[in-house]
Amino acid sequence: MTASTSALLTASGLHKTYGSTPALAGADFVIHPGEVVAVMGPSGSGKSTLLHCLAGIVPPDSGTVHYRGKELSALSDARRSALRRADFGFVFQFGQLVPELTCTENVALPLRLVGVGRKEAESRATRWLERLEIDDVRHHRPGQMSGGQGQRVAIARALVGAPSVIFADEPTGALDSLNGERVMGLLTDAARETRAAVVLVTHESRVAAYSDREVIVRDGRARDMAGAV
Amino acid sequence: MTGATSAPAGPLDGPSAPEAAPEAAPEAHWLRRWVADLAMGARFALGGGREGWTRTVLTSAGVGLGVAVLLLATSVPHMLGARESRDQARENHGATETEKSDRSALYTYTDTEYRGSDVRGRTLQPEGSDPPVPPGLSELPGPGEMAVSPALKELLDSADGELLRERLPGRITATIADEGLLDPVELTYYAGSDQLTHGGAVFRVDKFAEVSEPAPIPALLLLLIIVICVVLLLPVAAFVGAAVRFGGDRRDRRLAALRLVGADSRMTKRVAAGEAATGSLLGLAVGAAIFLPLRQLLGEVNLWGIGTFPADVRPSAGLVVLIAFGVPVGAVLVSLLALRGVIIEPLGVVRNAGVRRRRLWWRLLPLVAGLALLVPLLDGLETGQTSVETYQIAAGVTLVLIGVNALLPWLVESAARRLRGGGLSVQLAVRRLQLDSGTASRAVSGITVAVAGAVALQMLFSAVVDDQQRHTGQSPERAEMLVTVPATAQLSEPEVTAGLAETRGVKQVFGQTTGYAVRADQNPDDGAVDSVTVADCATLRELAKMGSCENGDVFVTERSPQEEPESVTGAKPGAEVNLAMPDYSRPEGKQQREPVLWKVPEDARTVKGRTDPMGVASEGILATPAALDVSRMPGASVDVYVRTDDGVADAKEFVRNTAAAVGPTATAISLKATSTTAQFRAVERGLYAGATGILLLIGASMVVSTLEQLRERKRLLSVLVAFGTRRSTLAWSVLWQTALPVLVGLALAAVAGVGLGTVLLRMSALPFAVDWGNLAGVTVLGGLLVVLVAVVSMPALWRLMRPDGLRTE
Amino acid sequence: MVYSPRMSISHTLLGLLESGPRHGYDLKRTFDQRFGHDRQLHYGQVYSTMSRLLKNGLVEVDGIEAGGGPERKRYAITDAGVTDVEQWLASPEKPEPYLQSVLYTKVVLALLTGRDAAELLDTQRAEHLRLMRELTRRKKDGDLADQLVCDHALFHLEADLRWLETAAARLDRLANVVRG
Repeated sequence: MTASTSALLTASGLHKTYGSTPALAGADFVIHPGEVVAVMGPSGSGKSTLLHCLAGIVPPDSGTVHYRGKELSALSDARRSALRRADFGFVFQFGQLVPELTCTENVALPLRLVGVGRKEAESRATRWLERLEIDDVRHHRPGQMSGGQGQRVAIARALVGAPSVIFADEPTGALDSLNGERVMGLLTDAARETRAAVVLVTHESRVAAYSDREVIVRDGRARDMAGAV
Repeated sequence: MTGATSAPAGPLDGPSAPEAAPEAAPEAHWLRRWVADLAMGARFALGGGREGWTRTVLTSAGVGLGVAVLLLATSVPHMLGARESRDQARENHGATETEKSDRSALYTYTDTEYRGSDVRGRTLQPEGSDPPVPPGLSELPGPGEMAVSPALKELLDSADGELLRERLPGRITATIADEGLLDPVELTYYAGSDQLTHGGAVFRVDKFAEVSEPAPIPALLLLLIIVICVVLLLPVAAFVGAAVRFGGDRRDRRLAALRLVGADSRMTKRVAAGEAATGSLLGLAVGAAIFLPLRQLLGEVNLWGIGTFPADVRPSAGLVVLIAFGVPVGAVLVSLLALRGVIIEPLGVVRNAGVRRRRLWWRLLPLVAGLALLVPLLDGLETGQTSVETYQIAAGVTLVLIGVNALLPWLVESAARRLRGGGLSVQLAVRRLQLDSGTASRAVSGITVAVAGAVALQMLFSAVVDDQQRHTGQSPERAEMLVTVPATAQLSEPEVTAGLAETRGVKQVFGQTTGYAVRADQNPDDGAVDSVTVADCATLRELAKMGSCENGDVFVTERSPQEEPESVTGAKPGAEVNLAMPDYSRPEGKQQREPVLWKVPEDARTVKGRTDPMGVASEGILATPAALDVSRMPGASVDVYVRTDDGVADAKEFVRNTAAAVGPTATAISLKATSTTAQFRAVERGLYAGATGILLLIGASMVVSTLEQLRERKRLLSVLVAFGTRRSTLAWSVLWQTALPVLVGLALAAVAGVGLGTVLLRMSALPFAVDWGNLAGVTVLGGLLVVLVAVVSMPALWRLMRPDGLRTE
Repeated sequence: MVYSPRMSISHTLLGLLESGPRHGYDLKRTFDQRFGHDRQLHYGQVYSTMSRLLKNGLVEVDGIEAGGGPERKRYAITDAGVTDVEQWLASPEKPEPYLQSVLYTKVVLALLTGRDAAELLDTQRAEHLRLMRELTRRKKDGDLADQLVCDHALFHLEADLRWLETAAARLDRLANVVRG
């Protein structure tokens, strides 16, 4: 697991401070294509900040993030946005679906963002909704669905653009265990099938059990547990 | 429940009490419970943390602005009344006969115009030791002295006033006090003289405040004022309504938290009412706080030559009471009404608006009712009429505009439902509107009312203005000015003409002496009067079409069938006429003059009269100076048409200066192809100022609601940015989202405005005409507002799109 | 790696000796105070354990007080004993239900001996997760009965880990209590 040549996304020495609170203090991270890595740690340990830095949403104060050999902080904000549109997918705990759009439209959103036409985008979105067994709610709006359905819509949306990396921040945080299990199963199966890497931030070990290995974030540092035992 | 008022702790501490209290005395203390609930609402408003506080500030600022506007509006009657009473107190139009006495003075109008501003002038000459003194002065200025208003003094002392100073050379010995002025910016003066002689425009007075009943406001003007008030005040009401709803979503969540700890739904309503009442009461205070300095500020304002004394800006007590009670009550009602579509459950807020489709039929009711009130009045208004069905019209117009307002949400909703296609930003905006078009419609409704009203008013205005123009008929292209010197000045036409011809900036002059005559065999008091004009051939050609003309010729004009029968007129060859008409400025019994007889030569030629540059048809006897000696015409005045050189700046001011030098009774007027009365002009200006203010107010409330909406969506915006959404896509979506309701609103406003305008025109029997340019102008103004709102919202949008939003939970 | 949960008493006593030589009586009292909430240690257990440890060369007799019975022997840990404690603490327990007491013992001992307890927790979590991954996989391929069984195990393992995490979060306070 040390072969950095095959690594998809690498971070080293990340530092990030919000105000006077340090969120990251020298965190390292590696993920390979098709790998599911759980990022665990107590609340406030900097898990989400690590995810934000890895995805190029937040630039770190210092340290580097390389994606396919490109240094993210060297890219302009617009280029990073373009990268997120084309290569990354996102699932958050809640509040991520646009409440006015129907499910299909929500799922089609990433495709529309990269310029796919509305018809084509929505038909691809429908295929993903079918795969995730929620095509019966495709004309519903987020407010008319259960939390589990909503998260599955979010997963469909994260997958629809065939991303190389999916960033999932507590994707089951608002779900009961059975729904959480389904969501995780669907997410990891789909990711493995498409060889997408998944960065899975969670504090639940049952969710982390869907990963290939886990990284523990504590006091702003990340510890890769792969070689620890 | 008693604990709720006294507990100083956080907002959620209090409501646990009601569960404990009810058994104690549920009925005896319902009032106390009410008071306690309302007080809790008040506490939320004042101390509910930063959120509650922000909401209160927004609401009270919004209500305050509205209240300030209302206070200003209710001050208008007193403002006009005070102006009018001061105006009456200082005038004497010489309607009554006054004997010469120790207490009398000679008095004449010496009004002038300076670079487009009117200057009111009066010249006085005491006839004894105790002459009347107009208000604002302690004594009359002596000969060669002037008392001036502060504004005029400032003008005369400045470099700008140099030319005017030449015209008003008197030594300034006094300043007119406020009680003698209409407003602080009025240009007026009293000049002392020893040159006046009684007669003509110079009359005798022994007191002021001697005016006939003030002319009642013409019906049309009244109609305009009614409509303007409705059009300007309705948006203010809409604005106050929107201000009360600021931050409603957060309030609802707070109320949900209250329910969680045991409040019932009626209690939450009372708490909401208390909160709204507090916000609006603060708003009243803010309104007063805005109004008081604004009042002082008005004293400094010079809007198109009209100003105000701060002391005049005094709202009438009854209306103040109405505002003080009406605004809080209205605020409470609006919040309760807004809560109607919301179910507040302990675990959250359920909004059932949006699911329910809007119905059309009841929205049409006010429109129909309004039209029902207006239609019977069609064709019922004469231009000269002075009383109108004020309340019926006001109610009708109000109902029509409210109807338009009610129609708007339905229209926006159906427009949003029908919209398809377009890019992502359009899709986001349209979907947003489909889900909640109410908020958007509310923000826009003020614009719709203001624009619909403005369009209707403009139609009425242009029609009225056209109507006025038809009566003017002056031809400035033939002569820009007319200088008139009455007979009392004892000056001959050639003297005056020569003086004017040498004046700087004058290209050409046409002088004439004009008097009147009756046939010698008729009584001058009731005979048929003909005008007698003596001028050289060049001038006569301006008055009639004639072939050859030589000094010594006499002409009479053709008669039209409608005029007096030929048998009684003196304007025919060979007729003998009396040139000495009675002098009506003298007291009764002393008016008759010695007859001066003159025979129209037998060879006088009949010619066709032309309209003179003033637009009056020339008629009667036209004579060259060699044919009739003007000294034989008592009471004849000298009229000189002046053509000025456009290339000379202030040419007209030079002419006025020359005329003023002739004597206090000489007048110089500008000829205008179009003329609107000052009243209409002032009303029109007021409308524009008001409409601009209203649009800005509405813009402010739109900015607030847009920002609020954005803040609500902070997390979603951050998520979308995390996805890699271009910021410009979101910015455009905000623009569309603002623009679509405004576009629908403006379209509706244009249709409704033209409709209402048509009704108003038909009512006043004026021809239908739409000024498309003005319509476009108003619409563009609305469009600018959209852009403005979007631009002002952008910094906040940019800030909210930062990834921080992902961190909050 | 040999898992021997039954050996935890000997490791615990050994660990207690690391902070300094103690009498058998003293060892029993300290053990009871710290770990013996539900059952107290018999004197006999202490002596039999100590004699086994002596035999294995993990402890030595530091001294015997005059007029003393067996309870008057003072024991000290040997270098081999320290290494043994070290190994025991570093090796995660086989994830299985009702591990609390041994995990708790380990955490307290780690603190007492100035070792990094967070490290211990992370190691244990990794071990738990390894099993949980396996269970998760098995559950996916298995029938309903398998799923139910796996669920049961997963929830218990999760509970363990939750407890571990809470323990980690409380370490500072715990450290003060233990050392104080």
